[in-house]
Amino acid sequence: MPAVPTMSDNNETKLRNATIAVLVDNEPGILARVVGLFSGRGYNIESLTVAPVDEDRAISRITIVTSGTEMVIEQIKAQLDRLVPVRKVCDLSLEGPHLARELMLIKVVCTGEQRAEALRLADAFRARVIDATTASFVFEMTGNGDKLEAFTALMRPLGLAEVVRTGVIGIARGTYSLKA
Amino acid sequence: MRASPDGGTHSESQNPMSATLQTTAAAAETMSGAEIVLRALKEQGVEVIFGYPGGAVLPLYDALFQQNAIRHILVRHEQAAVHAAEGYARSTGKVGCVLVTSGPGATNAVTGLLDALMDSVPLVCLTGQVPTHLIGNDAFQEADTTGITRPVTKHNYLVKDIRKLAGVVHEAFYVARSGRPGPVVIDLPKDVLIGQGPYHEAPTAPHRSYRPQREPNAELVAQAVKLLKGAKRPIVYAGGGVVNAGPEASRLLTEFVRLTGFPCTNTLMGLGTYPSTDRQFLGMLGMHGTYEANLAMHGCDVMLNVGARFDDRVTGRLNAFAPTAKKIHVDIDQSSINKNVPVDIALVGDAGLTLKALLEAWKASEQPQHTGALADWWTQIEEWRGKDCLRYRQEGSIIKPQHAIQRLYDLTRETGRDTFITTEVGQHQMWAAQYFGFEKPNRWMTSGGLGTMGYGLPAGMGVQIAHPDALVIDIAGEASILMNIQEMATLAQYRLPVKVFILNNEYMGMVRQWQELLHGGRYSESYSAALPDFVKLAESFHARGLRVTRPEDLDAGIREMLAHPGPVIMDCAVAKDENCFPMIPSGAAHNEMILGPDQEGGVKGVTDEGKVLV
Repeated sequence: MPAVPTMSDNNETKLRNATIAVLVDNEPGILARVVGLFSGRGYNIESLTVAPVDEDRAISRITIVTSGTEMVIEQIKAQLDRLVPVRKVCDLSLEGPHLARELMLIKVVCTGEQRAEALRLADAFRARVIDATTASFVFEMTGNGDKLEAFTALMRPLGLAEVVRTGVIGIARGTYSLKA
Repeated sequence: MRASPDGGTHSESQNPMSATLQTTAAAAETMSGAEIVLRALKEQGVEVIFGYPGGAVLPLYDALFQQNAIRHILVRHEQAAVHAAEGYARSTGKVGCVLVTSGPGATNAVTGLLDALMDSVPLVCLTGQVPTHLIGNDAFQEADTTGITRPVTKHNYLVKDIRKLAGVVHEAFYVARSGRPGPVVIDLPKDVLIGQGPYHEAPTAPHRSYRPQREPNAELVAQAVKLLKGAKRPIVYAGGGVVNAGPEASRLLTEFVRLTGFPCTNTLMGLGTYPSTDRQFLGMLGMHGTYEANLAMHGCDVMLNVGARFDDRVTGRLNAFAPTAKKIHVDIDQSSINKNVPVDIALVGDAGLTLKALLEAWKASEQPQHTGALADWWTQIEEWRGKDCLRYRQEGSIIKPQHAIQRLYDLTRETGRDTFITTEVGQHQMWAAQYFGFEKPNRWMTSGGLGTMGYGLPAGMGVQIAHPDALVIDIAGEASILMNIQEMATLAQYRLPVKVFILNNEYMGMVRQWQELLHGGRYSESYSAALPDFVKLAESFHARGLRVTRPEDLDAGIREMLAHPGPVIMDCAVAKDENCFPMIPSGAAHNEMILGPDQEGGVKGVTDEGKVLV
């Protein structure tokens, strides 16, 4: 366990975002345990994703995006780390450069010129058409949150009908790998 | 991926319990689930189990009936079973064990589990559950026990597959006692208890994920010693973590404090880790701590916290807590570091091993100590001590509660017997902490974090079971004692000679005190009306009942209580309007302490911010 950095006054109130990757045993109740920790201690969850990631489906990887003061984020990591089924906790935002991606499915209901415009914008944003009718499109798009939000905003006047997003998943750049 | 009903991402056939399963080729012995549980308990060294039967756990009770290795103590309420196991665990250092049925059995245990979680007491609580095929159907006496107990336990399990049962029980004991100890629940569906399955011995391999750090970082230890050697106004602040690290940790703490010449204070949970009669001991700190301990905390330049968690009862207003101090924090729980108070050096590790490392590094270091500054610091501390903040005047015809505890302490010491004190929660608890001294750890059992009224009597029961020949006294209030008074029947059944010493002021005293100081003396619902006759109550439970109302009868009453071979309730009428001082009001700093009427310095008001705090 690395030494805990000394806190100074200026980071006691400053908020930061953190993308935390957690490797856990894929066992009943683990998600409830993690979510309960956040709600019980009053921490934020901005997004949370989970799925098994190893061959025999014994390990799940949870990605949590949260925000708080440095002290709160240290707490979140320490509290997660002491859960019995938790194998590893990694603050991707601190470990160095990392990639964060999200998948969005977005339904736009429109006709005529608006329909053509939606398709042109989708092309510019590299969104894929995964369903089409004469009156609608469903686009699939991955990217960071800013990109998804920009695209959603463009679709709004063109007939935005429904949005579904997975929440953020993240991974470190380079050779560093998170292992259980 | 298949989501299980509790929100997990579990798939039945791929559960990763294999590490604990130890599926060795050697043919495992097959037996019933109930027998597996008992065999695993025995392997884990369980001698006593506190419990209460019910439909869902009948197979376990049947198996208990057919063996003699494990003794079952029948309590009268499941909450008491948990507190009894806490008393047993805290006084022995072993893991306490509880057995309750499904539904109400499990929900009644919840308060005790949270109490154990907050005070870091190692427990394993077995709860019955409806058969697996009925889970989720609102069956009779069904409760979502793992859901309900998740936030009040260190960890919990629902065993749906008998092949995993033995492994889960072994793992539960490992989790309960490792790192920062705590309660673990194992929920056992009835069909799992009845079914046949393999027995596995406890694994010898390290746990797959839970491996708390025990040895402190040597580099940080050296840094800490450098800071401590350079201290001009040092203080050692030791808590319950030292108790949990075993008696050797308390010995090392004493050695360290004597070697360094530093002053030492204890938290409520840490009482007994340093001998109270020693000159270097400043008494308890915090809300009702001593003047010298709190002012020394406020004025120190280097603070060594060993096994305490900067609880709000200790720190007072955070932004005024030890403002000039460099802080070193020794804790086995990383999440206790920088939670309330940012520290300069964090030593994550076992309190005993860390004290050992600190002692070695201190002896190896050639850096000189600031002996002159330390002598000045002691002069200052002696001046504070001279205030005699715990002074009270016993005069007139009414017994002062402080005097009652003081006499209880003195007369108990005269007996020369090994003495264990439990308490309920409130003024009597604080007076016990202030006026009863402890020379050794594991002798003081109190509900610190949760503040559970009704803790003391069942906890005392558990202590007496573990130490049949010792003197066990529950220092109680007349309100708290009624919260688990039914346990007098358990004392009678097992002939447990626990002494219940009630400071009877006819009020929920601490509530009354706060109403006096913070709410204009409007004593809303804090009067103990319609009290029972405690003498008759004791007698109806086959115990001795005593009542003392006059100061001149106090000693004789206490002596009679101590000399009686069986359980006793001593109802000691004390001054009704006495307040517990010193007091740091909520929202105040250590140097804004309120002293009692017998000390100079008037009672200050409480700030508006303080009023919202508890």
